[in-house]
Amino acid sequence: MEQQLEASTLGMWVFLVTEVMFFGGMFMVYILYRVLYPEAWVMGSNHLNVTLGALNTGVLICSSLTMALAVRSAQIGSRSGQVVNLILTIVLGSVFLIVKYFEYAEKFEHHLVPGPHFDMSLPEAPHQQLFFSIYFMLTGVHAAHMVVGIGLMLVILTMAMRGRFSSSYYTPVEVSGLYWHFVDIVWIFLFPLLYLLGAHLGAH
Amino acid sequence: MSHAIGTTGTSYLDAPHGLASWLLTKDHKRIAMLYLISITIFFAVGAMFAATIRAELATPQGDLLDSDMYNKIFTLHGVVMIFFFLIPSIPAVLGNFLLPIMCGTKDLAFPRINLLSWYIFIAGAIITLAAVFNGGVDTGWTFYTPYSSIASESSVTVAALGVFVTGFSSILTGLNFIVTVHRMRAPGLTWFRLPLFVWAIYATSLVMILGTPVVAITVLLVAAERALHLGFFDPTRGGDPVLFQHLFWFYSHPAVYIMILPAMGVMSELVAAVSRKQVFGYSFVAFSSLAIAVLGFLVWGHHLFVSSQSIYAGLVFSIITMLVAVPSAVKTFNWTATMYKGSVTWESPTYWVVGFMGLFTIGGLTGLFLATMGLDIHLTDTYFVVAHFHYIMVGGAIMGYLGGMHFWWPKMTGRLYSEAGAKASAILVFVGFNLTFFPQFLLGYMGMPRRYHAYPPEWQVLNVLSSAGASVLAIGYLLPAFYLTYSLIKGAKAPANPWGAKGLEWTIPSPPPTFNFEDDVVVDEPAYNYKPAREVHVG
Ligand code: HEM
Ligand SMILES: [Cu+2]
Repeated sequence: MEQQLEASTLGMWVFLVTEVMFFGGMFMVYILYRVLYPEAWVMGSNHLNVTLGALNTGVLICSSLTMALAVRSAQIGSRSGQVVNLILTIVLGSVFLIVKYFEYAEKFEHHLVPGPHFDMSLPEAPHQQLFFSIYFMLTGVHAAHMVVGIGLMLVILTMAMRGRFSSSYYTPVEVSGLYWHFVDIVWIFLFPLLYLLGAHLGAH
Repeated sequence: MSHAIGTTGTSYLDAPHGLASWLLTKDHKRIAMLYLISITIFFAVGAMFAATIRAELATPQGDLLDSDMYNKIFTLHGVVMIFFFLIPSIPAVLGNFLLPIMCGTKDLAFPRINLLSWYIFIAGAIITLAAVFNGGVDTGWTFYTPYSSIASESSVTVAALGVFVTGFSSILTGLNFIVTVHRMRAPGLTWFRLPLFVWAIYATSLVMILGTPVVAITVLLVAAERALHLGFFDPTRGGDPVLFQHLFWFYSHPAVYIMILPAMGVMSELVAAVSRKQVFGYSFVAFSSLAIAVLGFLVWGHHLFVSSQSIYAGLVFSIITMLVAVPSAVKTFNWTATMYKGSVTWESPTYWVVGFMGLFTIGGLTGLFLATMGLDIHLTDTYFVVAHFHYIMVGGAIMGYLGGMHFWWPKMTGRLYSEAGAKASAILVFVGFNLTFFPQFLLGYMGMPRRYHAYPPEWQVLNVLSSAGASVLAIGYLLPAFYLTYSLIKGAKAPANPWGAKGLEWTIPSPPPTFNFEDDVVVDEPAYNYKPAREVHVG
């Protein structure tokens, strides 16, 4: 059992290393074009909805907290604690995706989605289009990770409701918690890099 | 080793029968067999494409295929051979089978994930095959942009997704191996008592988990770019096509080590066994695997000497590339030193060992030519490069794979095969190989570009030689299919340790029982604790 826990935890850490490399590739793309086209980056950033982004940042931080509480409840063997906190985590994760949906819809409305319908009257339009390409790739892949995370939590939740975990066996809760925190941390990087750039560099 | 040969317990092959028991198995040995069957099929497919290429190139005119068809054939040859044969070959077959046994444990850390990786592998292969039936892909296995992202009208998106999916299989396999080596070793089996094969697979796994996600995201970007018009690599929208090459080679140069490091690990085992001797400089060989894995990530720019990369960057990449040659040379030196003064016996694995060392050395030395920036400008994208990487990958990696298969076949199947057949095959492969690829060095030096289906008539003699060599090579590869299959039906039963080799895998019956070891394993001696078979007098 001991060995099993250690193995699973190490396995998840190794997996998260691969995730870092995965997002790392996209961050390389981001950095390169940001250096090449700083103006377009600031302007693109100004088109993002900082309020919704900040709201989502708050939502995710709360979900990290409820996730940590779920792990804690498993450790001390409180079944109701696990169930409540897992449900809260799932709800917060879903709120994130709903907010994301509204954000994306807004971009479609304002013709900020790369492709033939992109609003070419914007200053630096071609390079802004590149900014939005990266915005959609990064946030899209992140959202896909959220969907996977919510699915994972639903599985853990049903296991918790059946009383599968105890203070001596809670590996799945702990390991999926690691994944959830990782996805939150990625967002903590994405938010300033994408949304706050315009405000920070102050160009309009 | 302090472990007695188990007598009871049914072998993993005889355990429950039936298709379902195989397709749902969590036994690492059965999963290894599933991989063995699938990659053998892919190898045959890739080889058929290769034969078509060589047939076309036997004459200077493009009389067999038009240029469009030729592009699709060599692309499929590359994609199938690299992603569906070379990368999984040794890790997924021999690694899966041997790593848990060599670590003295019952299975990998995550048996279910192990099975999942095989299914992902098959799913990736099916998606890629769908691209073939959907009109094929004509970009070359490197998917260079902007051709692949905006110009090509072939099924790049589907093929890219296939490669993306297959990548996850590699990642999960690597993850499983790393955790197993860290957490599941038997008591007493310290890091420096591990067989060198385990070290090599461990280093390979590091490359897999660090590199594969990068190529995964890169092909995903290409697919997204095609489907959603994103423009990352499209110069008309401010994108940079060379960025793709950086991302692609950041994985694909290390990937060449995913192919060759495991073969080097196999060689270390075989060299020790056929020389009846502790590997010379064990820890140097172990650490050189890690050094290769790390340095392999720092040299990708040698594929971009003729891109827009600055000449200073080129210089740095050129120098670091030469550094990688050092750990490779350390290994070659140590194997030679092991065999020298060893009591070498000329069994069939020895033939593969010697063949490997010859071909790998030529491949590695020509790598140094290419790493020299000035020379590469002349040689890049010519048949010289084609010959270089085939010497390493076909001459090195496949020789290693076949050597390993011959060495461990009695363990895996419990049957002995024809030694004469095996020796004939090794010799045919060696001769056929050199006949096929050596002329390509000359062709490349004379300027014949790669990826063309027609060429000036002056080059025909060398091309015909190469095509003739390919036929010899094909016979060399086909031969094992016969005597190995025959051994399954009529071969003599293999004893637990037919080669008189050291290592945990030789202490259990052939084929091993489902849970490998009857009782808990305790290791109390270093790897390769051979006693010389006979005194050797030198001088
Ligand atoms: C040890 C295993 C090795 C493998 C499996 C390997 C494989 C390959 C492959 C597949 C390519 C061609 C890629 C393509 O364009 O399709 C290549 C090119 C190249 N290799 Fe290697 N190689 C190995 C070792 C080396 C070494 C030791 C060096 C240098 C010391 C080297 C230097 C190069 C260079 C510079 C190129 C680029 C040539 C060009 O595109 O102009 N390689 N190698
Ligand atoms: Cu390279």
